[in-house]
Amino acid sequence: MLFTSFNFLAFAAVLLVLYYLIPKKGQWILLLAASYFFYICAGLEYLGFILFTTISTYATAYVISIILKKQDAYLAENKATLSRDERKAYKNHVKCINRWIMIACLFLNFAILAFCKACIVEPFQAIAEERGLSFLTVALPLGISFYMFQSAGYLIDVYRGTAKAEKNFFRYALFVSFFPQLVQGPISRLSQLAPSLYAPHAFDGKQVSFGLQRVLWGYFKKLVIADRIVAAVVTLKHPEYTGVGFILLGVFYAIQIYADFTGGIDVAIGLGEALGIKMPENFIRPFFSKNIAEYWRRWHSTLGEWMKDYIFYPISVSSPMLKLSKAARKKLGNFGKRLPVYIASIATWFVTGIWHGLTPNFIVWGMLNCFVIVVSEELTPLYEKFHNRFHLKQKAWYGGFEMLRMFALMNLIRSCDLFPHVGDYFSRLGSLFTTFNFHILWDGTMMKLGLSSLDYAILGFSIVIVFAISVIQEKKGSVRELLWNKPAVLRYVLIYALFLIVLLMGSFGIGYNPGNFIYNQF
Amino acid sequence: MKKKSVVILSITLCLVFLSLWILQQLLMPKYMDNTKEGALISEYYDNAGNNDVVFIGDCEVYENFSPITLWEKYGITSFIRGSAQQMIWQSYYLMEETFRYETPKVMVFNVLSMKYDTPSSTGDSGKREAYNRMTLDGMRWSKHKWNAIQASLTEEEKTWNGEWMYLFPLLRYHDRWSQLNRDDFKYLFHRDQVSDNGYLMQTGIKPVTGEHPERPLADYTFGENSYYYLDKMVELCKAKGTQLVLIKAPTLSPIWWDEWDAQMEAYAEEHDLLYINFLDHQDEIGIDWNTDTYDTGFHLNVYGAEKLSDYFGKILQEECGITDRRNETELAEIWQEKVKIYYERKAKMEAATQ
Repeated sequence: MLFTSFNFLAFAAVLLVLYYLIPKKGQWILLLAASYFFYICAGLEYLGFILFTTISTYATAYVISIILKKQDAYLAENKATLSRDERKAYKNHVKCINRWIMIACLFLNFAILAFCKACIVEPFQAIAEERGLSFLTVALPLGISFYMFQSAGYLIDVYRGTAKAEKNFFRYALFVSFFPQLVQGPISRLSQLAPSLYAPHAFDGKQVSFGLQRVLWGYFKKLVIADRIVAAVVTLKHPEYTGVGFILLGVFYAIQIYADFTGGIDVAIGLGEALGIKMPENFIRPFFSKNIAEYWRRWHSTLGEWMKDYIFYPISVSSPMLKLSKAARKKLGNFGKRLPVYIASIATWFVTGIWHGLTPNFIVWGMLNCFVIVVSEELTPLYEKFHNRFHLKQKAWYGGFEMLRMFALMNLIRSCDLFPHVGDYFSRLGSLFTTFNFHILWDGTMMKLGLSSLDYAILGFSIVIVFAISVIQEKKGSVRELLWNKPAVLRYVLIYALFLIVLLMGSFGIGYNPGNFIYNQF
Repeated sequence: MKKKSVVILSITLCLVFLSLWILQQLLMPKYMDNTKEGALISEYYDNAGNNDVVFIGDCEVYENFSPITLWEKYGITSFIRGSAQQMIWQSYYLMEETFRYETPKVMVFNVLSMKYDTPSSTGDSGKREAYNRMTLDGMRWSKHKWNAIQASLTEEEKTWNGEWMYLFPLLRYHDRWSQLNRDDFKYLFHRDQVSDNGYLMQTGIKPVTGEHPERPLADYTFGENSYYYLDKMVELCKAKGTQLVLIKAPTLSPIWWDEWDAQMEAYAEEHDLLYINFLDHQDEIGIDWNTDTYDTGFHLNVYGAEKLSDYFGKILQEECGITDRRNETELAEIWQEKVKIYYERKAKMEAATQ
C-alpha cells in the first residue's frame, strides 16, 4: 500500500476516525493492528522478516535486562563482601556476556538484512532464483533497513543501559512496526517515540489540523514535484547527456530526491502528528547548508544520528583507536590526533553507503562524502586564514555563495546514486571538463527530456512555493503556527488552494507511473 | 460558541464538497462532440421501464439496429444498451442492472465480445481503460456497477486502486484542465441526447472496397471467462423469464471466424437459445455494401441499420412472439416524439454529410 495510493488514503482516514472514537486505552492496540495490516498489504510473505526482528531484539533486550537486574541484585547483596576490583571484574564479566548475546542477535538480524539486500543485486539474483527464493529478488521486505536499524539501536541502548527494556512485547512490536515510519523513516529511538506512541490521546483539533496540513504538504512535494520531474531524471541518465547534461541531471535529481524523500517524511510525521504521536525530524532544509557537516546534520538526520551513536563514536573511542591516537600523535602531530576520527568516519560512511545498497556506487558515494568531510576538516586552518585576510563572511552575498557551492558539490556526489556502474559515473563526471555543450539549454533539448512546457511551468511554480516556504521556515519558524494566527478564512482558503494544486497538478492516476518513494528501496 | 463552530464547519464542508463536485462535472469528458459513444449508457435511465426488447453489446448493436424502425414497422419498443468495445462481463452486469428497471420479453446479446476473455486480452491498456470509462461512467451507482468495475479493471487501473477513480471520477480526470474546451462548460450540468433509444446514427457512406484481412488465430476456442459470463446471462434470463437471443451483426470486420460461429451454434443448441448470425442472411436483409456502411464494412450506416432492423423485427415478431403495440395510445404518443426526433436528426445529418 503506497503512501500515494487511494487505498492508503482511505486506510489512514478510517484509522484516524476510529482512533479518536475508541476508548483511549485501546489506541495503541489499534495502531499495532493497523501497522501489521499495512505491512501485510505489502506482502504476506514478508511478515516473517519483521516478526523475526521484533521477537529476536525484544527477547535479547529482555534477557540482557534480566542479567543486568541480577547483576544489580548480586552487587547489592554482596556490597559489604566484595572489593572494588571484584565488583568491577564482576561487572565486566556480565558486560562481556551481554555483549556477546547482543552481538549474536545483531549478527543474525544484519545477516538477514545483508542477504535481502544482496538478493536484489544482479549477481546474487540468479543464485536466489536457483534456490527457489525468487520472491526475494523482486523487492526488499518493506522498510527492512529502517525497522532493523531502529530495533538495533534499541537493543544497543538497552545493552549500554541508556534505555530500559520494554516489558510488553506488543508495545515493542508497535515501536518496530509503526506504519508511518516503517516505509522510509524517520529512524526513531524508543525514548523519543514511546511517550507519545503509547499515551492515550484526546482529539485536539489544532493538532489534527496541523498533522493533516503537513501530510498535504508532503503530497504536494511528492506528487507535484518529484513524480513530475522524474521523467527528466530518467532521460538525463542516458549516456548522450554529458557536460551540461550531467549538471542538469544533478540539479533535477536533487529536486526529485528532496521532494520525494522530504515529501514522504512529511506524510509520515504529519500522520503521526494527527494521531498525537511525535516523531523526530529528519530534514531541516538541507539545501540551505553552507558546509558538508551542516548538510549532513540537516539531511536524513535520524540516520546520521544513528550512524554517529552506533558506529562512529564506538569506533572512535574504542581502546585500539585511543592507542592509535596516542601513537600517531607522536609521529604525525595534530593529524595523528585526528586519525582515529577519520578512520571512524571512513567506517561510518562505508556502512552508510552499504545501507543504501550493495552496489559499488553507493560505497563510492559514501567514500566521496567522507573524502569531502576529511578534506574540509584538514583545510579548516587554511579557510580561517583566508577569511581573516579577506573578511568575506561579513558580505551579504557570501552566505548565498556558500549555499550554492554546497548545493553544486552535493549534486555531483549525489548523482553517483544513479549509476550502478561506477565507471559510468566517473566518465560523466569527467565530461564536465571536456564537454561544454551549453547550447542544450536553448536548442530544444530541454523539451525532449520527457517534460512539456506545461510540466516546466508547474515545476517552476511549485519549486518557487517550496523555496518561499523554506525561507519563511528558516527565518520565522513554523509556517503552520504563523497561519494559525491569521484569520480562519484566510487559513482555510490557503489550505484548500494547496489541496487543489495537489489534486489538479499531482502526477497520479492513469497515464502516470505509480512512483514509489525512492527511499522505499533502501 | 460550539454550536456556531459546528455550523461554520458544516457550511465549509458543504462548500468544499460542492466545489469539488462542480470541478468533477467540469473535468469529466462530455462525449457530446466526437466520441458520442461515451454518452450512450447513461441515456437508458430516462427510457427504461417499457421496452419489449433490450439489446446489449458493443458497437455492433448501437450502430447496426434502429429501435425507431422496429417501432415504425412492427410496433416493438426497444432500447440498445451498447457501448464501444463493451466486454462480455460489462454486458452481463448491464443486463443485471436492466432487470432492476424492467423485465423485457427479449434480451438480445451480440456475441462478438466472446473473443475477449480478460481485460488484458484486448491489447492496449490505455485504450481499454478509455472504453471501460465509456461503459462504466454512464452507469448509475449500484452493486451491478461496482461488480462491473471489479471485473473490468485493467492492470494499470489496478496499480492505482482504480475503483476509487470510478467512485470519484475527479481522481481520474484531475489533470484534464489543460484540455478543456467550450463543450466542457456548455455541458457542465446537462447533456444533449445523442442517440435514438441507444442507436447512434451514422449517415455517411463509405463503400466496401476490398477485404479486411486478418491473421488466422492459433486457437479459436473462446475463453473460460467468456463462457462463464455467457452462462450467467443464460441463467439470469431464465430466472427472469426473458428470452435470450444471441446474434452476430452482419459486419465484415472484425472477422467472425467459422470456428467461432460453430461454437456459438453448439452453445445455442445446447441451451435451447435462438442464435442468428446475420452474416449468413445478408442477401435476405438486402444489405448493399456500396451504400449501407459508413466505414467500409466495419459498421452499418442508418440505411443498413434500418434494413437490418426491419429484418430482425420480423423474427422478433414471428419467433419470439413480440406483439405490435402501436395501438397503445399513450405509448404511441411517446414513440411518435421519438420518431420525430429521429427523422429530424437524420435529415440534419444527411444535410451535413452531403
